Amino acid sequence: MQYDLISLQPVMPEIFMLGAACLVLVVDLFLTQRTRMWTYGLTLATLLGAIALTAWAAGPERQVLFDGSYVRDPVSDVLKIALLTITVFVMVYARDYLLQRGIYRGEFYTLALFASLGMMIMASAGNFLTVYLGLELLALSMYALVAFDRDSVKGSEAAMKYFVLGALASGLLLYGMSMLYGATGTLNLAAMSEVIAAGKAEETVLVFGLVFVVIGIAFKFGAVPFHMWVPDVYDGAPTAVTLFLGSAPKIAAFALAIRLLADGAGGLSAHWSDMLIILAVASLAIGNIVAIAQTNVKRMLAYSTISHVGFIFLGFVAADGRGYGAALFYTVVYALTAAGGFGLLTILSRKGVDAETLDDLKGLNDRSPWLAGMMLLILFSMAGVPPTVGFFAKLFVLDAVVQVDMVWLAIVAVFFSIIGAYYYLRAIKMMYFDKPIDDHPIVASVDSRVAMSVNGLAVLLLGIFPTALLQACRTAFGG
Amino acid sequence: MDYILLTIVLAPLAGSLIAGLFRNQVGRAGAHWTTIIGVGISCALSFYVFYQYAFNGAPVHNETVYTWMVVDGLRMEIGFLVDRLTAMMMVVVTFVSLMVHIYTIGYMAHEEGYQRFFSYIALFTFSMLMLVMSNNFLQLFFGWEAVGLVSYLLIGFYVKRETAIFANLKAFLVNRVGDFGFILGIAAVAMYMGTLDYYEAFERAPALANATVVVWGDDAWSLMTLICILLFVGAMGKSAQVPLHVWLPDSMEGPTPISALIHAATMVTAGIFMVARMSPLYELSETALSFVLIIGATTAFFMGLIGIIQNDIKRVVAYSTLSQLGYMIAALGASAYAAGLFHLMTHAFFKALLFLAAGSVIIGMHHDQDIRNMGGMRKYMPITHWTFLIGTLALIGFPGFAGFFSKDAIIEAVHFSRIFGSDYAYWLLLSGVFVTALYSFRLYFIVFHGKGPRHFEPHHDVHDENGDAEAQEHHPVHDEPKPHESPWVVTVPLVLLAIPSVVIGYLAIGPMLFGEYFDGTLTVAPIHATLSEIDFHGAAGFILHGLSGPAVYLAAAGALVAWFVYTRKPNIATDLARRFSWIYRVLDSKYGFDSFNQWFFAGGARQLGKVLWQAGDRAFIDGAVVNGSARSVAWLASVTRYLQTGYLYHYAFAIILGLLGLLSWFVIR
Repeated sequence: MQYDLISLQPVMPEIFMLGAACLVLVVDLFLTQRTRMWTYGLTLATLLGAIALTAWAAGPERQVLFDGSYVRDPVSDVLKIALLTITVFVMVYARDYLLQRGIYRGEFYTLALFASLGMMIMASAGNFLTVYLGLELLALSMYALVAFDRDSVKGSEAAMKYFVLGALASGLLLYGMSMLYGATGTLNLAAMSEVIAAGKAEETVLVFGLVFVVIGIAFKFGAVPFHMWVPDVYDGAPTAVTLFLGSAPKIAAFALAIRLLADGAGGLSAHWSDMLIILAVASLAIGNIVAIAQTNVKRMLAYSTISHVGFIFLGFVAADGRGYGAALFYTVVYALTAAGGFGLLTILSRKGVDAETLDDLKGLNDRSPWLAGMMLLILFSMAGVPPTVGFFAKLFVLDAVVQVDMVWLAIVAVFFSIIGAYYYLRAIKMMYFDKPIDDHPIVASVDSRVAMSVNGLAVLLLGIFPTALLQACRTAFGG
Repeated sequence: MDYILLTIVLAPLAGSLIAGLFRNQVGRAGAHWTTIIGVGISCALSFYVFYQYAFNGAPVHNETVYTWMVVDGLRMEIGFLVDRLTAMMMVVVTFVSLMVHIYTIGYMAHEEGYQRFFSYIALFTFSMLMLVMSNNFLQLFFGWEAVGLVSYLLIGFYVKRETAIFANLKAFLVNRVGDFGFILGIAAVAMYMGTLDYYEAFERAPALANATVVVWGDDAWSLMTLICILLFVGAMGKSAQVPLHVWLPDSMEGPTPISALIHAATMVTAGIFMVARMSPLYELSETALSFVLIIGATTAFFMGLIGIIQNDIKRVVAYSTLSQLGYMIAALGASAYAAGLFHLMTHAFFKALLFLAAGSVIIGMHHDQDIRNMGGMRKYMPITHWTFLIGTLALIGFPGFAGFFSKDAIIEAVHFSRIFGSDYAYWLLLSGVFVTALYSFRLYFIVFHGKGPRHFEPHHDVHDENGDAEAQEHHPVHDEPKPHESPWVVTVPLVLLAIPSVVIGYLAIGPMLFGEYFDGTLTVAPIHATLSEIDFHGAAGFILHGLSGPAVYLAAAGALVAWFVYTRKPNIATDLARRFSWIYRVLDSKYGFDSFNQWFFAGGARQLGKVLWQAGDRAFIDGAVVNGSARSVAWLASVTRYLQTGYLYHYAFAIILGLLGLLSWFVIR
């Protein structure tokens, strides 16, 4: 096969990312601990470069490369830009934390870059193999990152759990894919969709395979009952890694779902949307209720993630452009707020002390009114209080659900959101009305403070002006 | 033009934010300079815009600045509609605001919260500009609420004074009632016309002129009447019309500069502006016009009567404001929108002048507002005295002064009106002229003539010959110096406001009422064209014509009676008060609106609230629902958290169970 350079334009971001990640890997070998700033700088440059290339290659049309293995369309553009932007925030927040822990090593950045590359591949996947390739690239990097602080017993345990359960889920996903391949005779998602639409495949086999695929997706999102790993891994991993794990990969999980379910198995939406309803309601219920009993912030945010996944699934339940758009909006917004929330925890952590329990939030307003204000916005957004963007995220998803006449589902979602509001408000109450337990001054570098401010204000501004992001998300699905 | 308009709106906001958020950094002087510069820029540009529209015939500017969101085809936008009506309002708002800003430097010189005050009044200017420059109902509502908010904050400016807190709560609650109607009206516009944009709504309105809706039971109501009356309920709240007027007299608890700016010149006229802006809608409903006319005339006459017996200098002026607002509203009801707006403009100048002059007197009296303690102030405060006299003459409609033209035009227009209630309105408005002159000159004579001021008299007699039998308490002789004229920052605005109070009527009546100034802005159905029935041959001719009508003589009679009763024979007033004590009591209790509201609405709401609180909230919601559900959620949470055992094989087992569950449900079923 012959390729000229210009026909590779759509895939340029990935090629650049791969090259740059290798470059960072090599450059880092020659750096000492004092000059590691270069790795950090190069990583940010790589991410920003990839964003620029994605924007350069973006367009309203759908481009297919490598015999359908690779797809570039508006959805992938939005997903990639979002996940890379979130990763930039993550890298900025993480540096202080890594320095204080003595784990400021080049591998963190290389692994993060490869994980991002995996996510980008998932976003552009055109067939099962590419999906799986991206997924495993992400997952393997993540397993290593969770165990990054290798002297930490908790971290190693978390990595072990994550790896074993992740392997199990990957196995289930692969099995499901093989069933679908068996039924349709193709690995290509677009072709598979046609075969299903034409009714040429055995429905029982399709549904059988679909169950496994949905479980694979649910595991990646952390939906109930495939959520058990989430709190343990979030809690055990170094906070900087939790920050990464809890934010950008949600966008990748969205990519996984949209490629497999909407692109590939769109003809089976009647089946998978029923499955997602069960998972969504269970996630909303378990996530919100169990979060209340947590005293550890990381675990609380982990359960909060589970409940947000429920909302994202609700967007899929509608199974139309409006629903996908709402789910995408929700995912991006959630990733942004999660990055801010965990980012604050990394800022609050000091040498030898991880900010982990809710007590660490107490009296934050006395210690730093500005950071407390930013955290307030982020928590409000998670709870869905206007005018923060979290309100609109919930509103659009609920709107999509109501539009397909599933009012009861919207009511259930709102009901559990009310329960969920309790623990966000409790955290806010602690920040503003309780006396600080830890009164050490907060040490944070300028870049992480700036990132925190941008992050918090973005949550507010996107809430006041949601149109641009919403348009991007809706037009991606032709809505 | 876009940038100019944006600057006009945003400059006061910027000043407000700087003075408010950085109050410690900028200090007192910094606060007044930033806000004055902000409002000054805005004022200068407003004059430029006005010049463009009034003299250069600039085309109507109707542009959207920002689209906030689009929901089901309903566009929610921020945009500016600037035509001659808007241009006039902009000039009035920014000019009076600028005068008040300057004046405040002197008035608030020794007060706490100096920066806060400047921040609020600049914020008010921003809000009011947003209101008048809006091109859609949503932004109108934003401005409407924003000015209400700032008004609330400023009435309660002295946050530690009980009465001020009571007054601002009252203003807030009464305005809630009005705003409830207002937002229902906007909702009706959005629902039946499918747009929030003024021009689109005006275009679609004629098609709906005969549409009816069923709101309650089986009665079909005319849609336009419903919309217009609902919107007018909002105007009744904001422009203090009976029976939603009760908050305005109490709002005098706020510092005097804001009484002048918000509660006389600008905010309270928002209702008049709104109705005039909506003239294409109101013209479609004669019922709504009658309603407007009757409410306005009632307010004009009966509120003026109360002004006669008030003893607080600011309250007298406040009741006068109520009465004048009634005149404007009545003009709108008679479809003489231009006359209403004209009176709005002249009133803004002379009433701001009266308030600021009253404030100057209050400064001289060391913040004593009781007119029974005043007297003879003309000797001590000459500039204040003369400007106050000019304001009074303008208010009562002395021929040639600003108020003469606007008030006479209104009375004439109502005379020519033929809609239901116009006779009633005509007689009330005409009698109102006498009442206006009476209370105005009563105030003038008591404050500036006669003996006094009481605190400064060397040999003070409790039962002085002013015959004020009520004043029983003994005022100790003060050692304070005699009252003296206020500083220049106070008197300069007085003089600057006195000028338009005299000349603006003469200059503007031709173009505004009988010329082409409002062409294309206001809509008047031919059948309602009351203004065009007035013979107009120039402003001088209008004065001559006025001399042949009853209004001028009524005003003169009122002034004469005031002179006779309050300077020559003060005993008459007390005699009358004693002999007709029931009338006095009715007026003193302000027709019982306040007591009724206190008893029925406030008391009733508290009773109802108590019942709901005891039975509904404490027993059912708190006990069963909130605490009950909170307890059960907490219990559930504490139980389910134990599912998270930490054992890997449990987790894997959960995954397998989930798989089996889904498989059996979806495949085997």
